[in-house]
Amino acid sequence: MPPSDLSELRAICRDLRADIIEMLCLAGSGHPGGSLSAVEIMVSLFWGALRHDPANPEWLERDRLVLSKGHGCPALYAAMARRGYFPREELWNLRKTGAMLQGHPVRSFTPGVEACTGALGQGLGVAQGMALAAKIDHAPWRVWCILGDGEIQEGSIWEAAMSAGKYRVDNLVAILDCNGGQIDGSTAEVMDLEPVLDKWRAFNWNVIDVADGHDLEALLSAIGDAIDTRGKPTLIVARTVKGKGVSFMEHPCKWHGVAPTREEADRALAEIRGGGGA
Amino acid sequence: MPATATRAAFGKALAAIGAKCPNVVALDADLAKSTKSELFAAQFPERFFEMGIAEANMVATAAGLALAGKIPFACSFACFLTGQFAEIRISVAYSEAPVRLVGTHAGVAIGEDGHSQMGLEDIALMRTLPGMTVLQPADDIETTQMVEHLATHTDGPAYLRLTRQNVERVHADDYRWVPGRLDTLRDGGDVAIIASGGPVKAALDAAEALASEDVSARVVNCHTIKPLDADALERIARKCGRIVTVEDHTVIGGLGGAVCEALADRFPVPVRRLGIQDVFGESGSPSDLIAKHGLDAEGIAQSIRAFMKATSAV
Repeated sequence: MPPSDLSELRAICRDLRADIIEMLCLAGSGHPGGSLSAVEIMVSLFWGALRHDPANPEWLERDRLVLSKGHGCPALYAAMARRGYFPREELWNLRKTGAMLQGHPVRSFTPGVEACTGALGQGLGVAQGMALAAKIDHAPWRVWCILGDGEIQEGSIWEAAMSAGKYRVDNLVAILDCNGGQIDGSTAEVMDLEPVLDKWRAFNWNVIDVADGHDLEALLSAIGDAIDTRGKPTLIVARTVKGKGVSFMEHPCKWHGVAPTREEADRALAEIRGGGGA
Repeated sequence: MPATATRAAFGKALAAIGAKCPNVVALDADLAKSTKSELFAAQFPERFFEMGIAEANMVATAAGLALAGKIPFACSFACFLTGQFAEIRISVAYSEAPVRLVGTHAGVAIGEDGHSQMGLEDIALMRTLPGMTVLQPADDIETTQMVEHLATHTDGPAYLRLTRQNVERVHADDYRWVPGRLDTLRDGGDVAIIASGGPVKAALDAAEALASEDVSARVVNCHTIKPLDADALERIARKCGRIVTVEDHTVIGGLGGAVCEALADRFPVPVRRLGIQDVFGESGSPSDLIAKHGLDAEGIAQSIRAFMKATSAV
């Protein structure tokens, strides 16, 4: 991808981060840490490999995206708004009574949301089911699933990992937002996941390690490799930073589920806006 | 009268409908021989998914298949499906995925395998989920029509509860199942027995025995536990004045619970709830266990005699 395009994508990442901070501040609750860590993942899909049509979210041949780590939905909503699924003003109603944008993704509330998530551990199985449906029909679309690293402590994730390996669901790509944090502490403290690459390889997945999950070029290249992989599902392990882009939020667990005050949000927005390239 | 397990009728019906409905798929969790989904698997291997002993993933995968336009029948023992309530609650019910959850081995009538294999709380749990249809056929004829309906109507998720044991037919060959409508099998005006699933035939036999004692018992087959036919239930309560519910399931939250809730809103009358009375199941022969819980014809008749006495004294 030419550098000019990459710098455009980086600008979009800054816009999404600003929207995430603003919507969480206005909502007064929500999950900044795991939303900010997933921004480059969202951009590499919504402005990259995802086959979709925001004007026609029910398009049968669209790719499906399942945000299994449902609490990261501010990142999803910000991306969807920018791509035109709904007016950007909806972001400012996040979590409010009667709002289109619920605290965790809900299919019947939000056009383009493919499944209800938020109860962790379910999205990979759901994504696999969608991918199997495409296989039965010999349809060209694929399924993308974004997992949290704490989330893969759920046993159902490994059930799905086993069956996706068995059924060689190569139209399924999971992206692990490996930000190292969860509510009660770092993933290493709460329930260590390492060696995470070996675990998924042992379940017969194609595993791609992206050392910097905020490096758009690396993410886009990993996604390209995943699309070219036949006979196996792919897991992209994106090593990210929880709270990425806001210096005082870059912490494994402190900002998991706390919204910024107006003052904190203004500081964060100034940082994001002043952040330039990188 | 031919006697067939409703799980066997299900397996046959699913395999038959598979040819007509190309979007029907089936999943099982290492119990295909028992749930009888093996009959579908043998004919449509490319549309059958053996998920192994991993029911949570089976339910979530079924939800994904349903959201992508397939009509998945996800099969296991009833008790192993309810074990995955987290997936059923969010990925199936909240996502409005038209998954067909098929729970076999309902009730204490499975016998020797004991409590851990008995579906005793499945109706109660499924009933709490908005939009979830809960069906329980009384015989093979009804089962077949339910499967055909579920394969061709995809307006929401559904739960289908089936027996391990053979049940005698209670319907004539030309019976037309009407979803959501109470099915009166026998007229009567002193008491109405609302029964569902395996014990429906025993309820009919109990009514026959009571007839010789001048007790006119109406027998109603409640095949659709949700949405419950509250209008018809109210009419029956007004006519008979006494209701007895009969089910091989805990009386808490099951058919008995559903009937009492509806009557409390509409037209309260005295009710006796026959079923599993807030106790665990155990090993034993199916007939011993059914008798122990008062769900055979004699047990039902005895309970009704006592009920009549208690409610007739002025």
